[in-house]
Amino acid sequence: MSMNRETILNIVLAALLIAVPVIAQIMGEPFIITLATKVAILGMAGVGLNIALGYGGLVSFGHAAFFGIGGYAAGILASHALNYEPIMEAPFEINGTTQMIVIWIVALIASALVALLIGAITLRTSGVYFIMITLAFAQMIYYFAISWPAYGGEDGLSIYVRNGFPGLNTLDPISFFGLCAAMLGVAIAFSAVLIRSRFGLALHGARQNSQRMMAIGIAPFRVRLVAFVISAMITAWAGALYADLNRFVSPSMLSWHMSGEIMVFVILGGVGRLFGPVAGAALYIILEHLLGGMFEYWQLPLGILLLVVVLFARGGLIGLLAGERKHA
Amino acid sequence: MPEAILSLSNVTKQFGALLASDNVSLDLMPGEIHALIGPNGAGKSTLIKQIAGEIKPDSGDIRFAGRDIGDLDAVERSRMGLARTFQVSSLMPEFSVLQNVVLAQQSVSGKIFRFFKPVLSDASLLEPAMAQLERVGLADRAEMRAADISHGERRQLEMAVALALKPRAFLLDEPMAGMGPEGSKRLTGFLDGLRAEAPILLVEHDMDAVFALADRISVLVYGRVIATGTVDDIRGNEDVKRAYLGEEA
Repeated sequence: MSMNRETILNIVLAALLIAVPVIAQIMGEPFIITLATKVAILGMAGVGLNIALGYGGLVSFGHAAFFGIGGYAAGILASHALNYEPIMEAPFEINGTTQMIVIWIVALIASALVALLIGAITLRTSGVYFIMITLAFAQMIYYFAISWPAYGGEDGLSIYVRNGFPGLNTLDPISFFGLCAAMLGVAIAFSAVLIRSRFGLALHGARQNSQRMMAIGIAPFRVRLVAFVISAMITAWAGALYADLNRFVSPSMLSWHMSGEIMVFVILGGVGRLFGPVAGAALYIILEHLLGGMFEYWQLPLGILLLVVVLFARGGLIGLLAGERKHA
Repeated sequence: MPEAILSLSNVTKQFGALLASDNVSLDLMPGEIHALIGPNGAGKSTLIKQIAGEIKPDSGDIRFAGRDIGDLDAVERSRMGLARTFQVSSLMPEFSVLQNVVLAQQSVSGKIFRFFKPVLSDASLLEPAMAQLERVGLADRAEMRAADISHGERRQLEMAVALALKPRAFLLDEPMAGMGPEGSKRLTGFLDGLRAEAPILLVEHDMDAVFALADRISVLVYGRVIATGTVDDIRGNEDVKRAYLGEEA
C-alpha cells in the first residue's frame, strides 16, 4: 500500500510537534515547550470534537462543557487531596487524588454521563437548533460553575502542584509535554481506528443520509448519540490535561468562547481530517503568539483567516496541503 | 389460500384538503408481484411511505408478516424485513458503491456498535456485498463513489442495497424511472426472477414492465383503489380505461 499525501503530511505534522519542543529543550526555551504542550492538549480537545463535528456532521457549540468537566475533575479531586478534605465521608469515605490516571477516569465517566444526557435531548433536533441547544446546555453548566462557591466560583480553582503520573516528573515541562503528546497520540489512533470500523461506517452514513439509514434498519439517533458521547469523553480528557498545564481551572474553560475556539481548531485544520484539529490548534496558537505580541486586536486577522478558510478552503489546512478527503 | 405477507385495510391519509389515501385495502401474497399503478399524484408514493413507516396513516391497519406494524417506525419495519427503494435514488453519495451495500449488509448482521475492527477488510461483509453488486451488474463500479456513477447505475445500486437486506418483501418505488429501454428490459428480467425470493409491491409507470411482470395490478386514482385484478382484468376494465389507461395505452 502506498502512502497518500495526507498520511505523509500527518507524519510531518507529528514529527514537527515532537521536534519543536525537543529543540526548545536543548536551546533552553521552556516557554516554547509550554506552547507545544498547549497545542497538543487543545489539538486533542479538537480531535474529540472532530468525531462529532467532522465525522458525524454534528455541529456542537457546547464542547466547552466537556472540556471544563475534565478540567474541574482535575481541579476538584486535586484540591480535596491537597487540603486533606474527603469529598464524601458517609456512608463511606471518598478522598481526592493527585493521580492523573484516576482523574482521567473520573473525567471520562463524568463527561460520558453528561454527554449522554445532553445528547439524548439535543440530538432530537438538527441544524441551527442543535447548535443553539448544545450552546444553551454548555452555558447552563458555565453559570452553575460561576455560582457554586465551594470550588472557587467565578475565581476558579488553583492546583498548587501539578498532578502526578507514575514514573514521571510532571513538573518538568518536557516530561509533561511528552505525556500530553502521548495522550494526543492515543486519541488520534483511537479515532483513526474508530472511523474505519463498522461504527465509523454507520457514523459516516448517518451524516450523509438519515432517510437511507432508516430504510436499511439503522437508527441514526443511536449512532449519533454514541459518537457524541465518545467525542465528549476525548474533549474532557484533554480538559483534565489543560487544567494540569495551567495548574488552574476556572469557568472560562466552560464558556462559549472555549466552545468556539475548539470549533475553530477543527475548521482551520480541516473538518473530518484525522490531524486537522492538531494543525488548526497549532496555527491558532502560533498566530496568537506572533500577532498577539504585535498588537492587541490579533483576533481580527484570525477572524479574516477563518472567513477565508470557510469561503475558499473548505478542507482547511489539511485540505489545502493534501487535497480532498477520501473515505475509509 | 396462503396468508398475505403484507396487507393494508382501510388505510386513509389526508393532507389538508387532499385525500392522499382513501380507504385503501390491498395485500401482497407470497411469491407475487403486485403492481400499483395510477396517474401522477394518485398517492402511490404516499402509500409506500405509510407502508415503510415514514409517515403515519390517519386511520386503517397495516399488517406485515402476521403482525400489526402500525406502531413500528421505519427502522423497526426495515429490520422486520420490509425493504424499500426510493423513487429518487437515496444513497450515501460520498461512499463508494461497495460501501453503500456494505452498510446495509452490516445492518443485517446486527452488529453496528463495533469500534475497532476495520470494516472494509471484513470478508463476512465484503463478500456478500460484492455478490449483490454482481447480481445487479454493478461489480465493475464497486470502487466508484455513488455520486459519480450514472443515474441508471444508481437505480441498480438502490436494488443491490435492498437485496442485501434479505427482505421478506420488497417495496419498489418506480425502479425503472429514468432507466432507458435497455436498462428497463434488463431490470424487468431481473425482477421476474426476484419474486421467488420475496414478493414485490411494485409502483411503476412503465406499462410494458408492469404488464410483463405483474401477477396482480391495483389501480390508484385520487388516493382510492378503483380496481384490483390480473393483467387481463385491468386491461379490460372500463373504469380503469377511462381514468387512466385510456390516455396512455
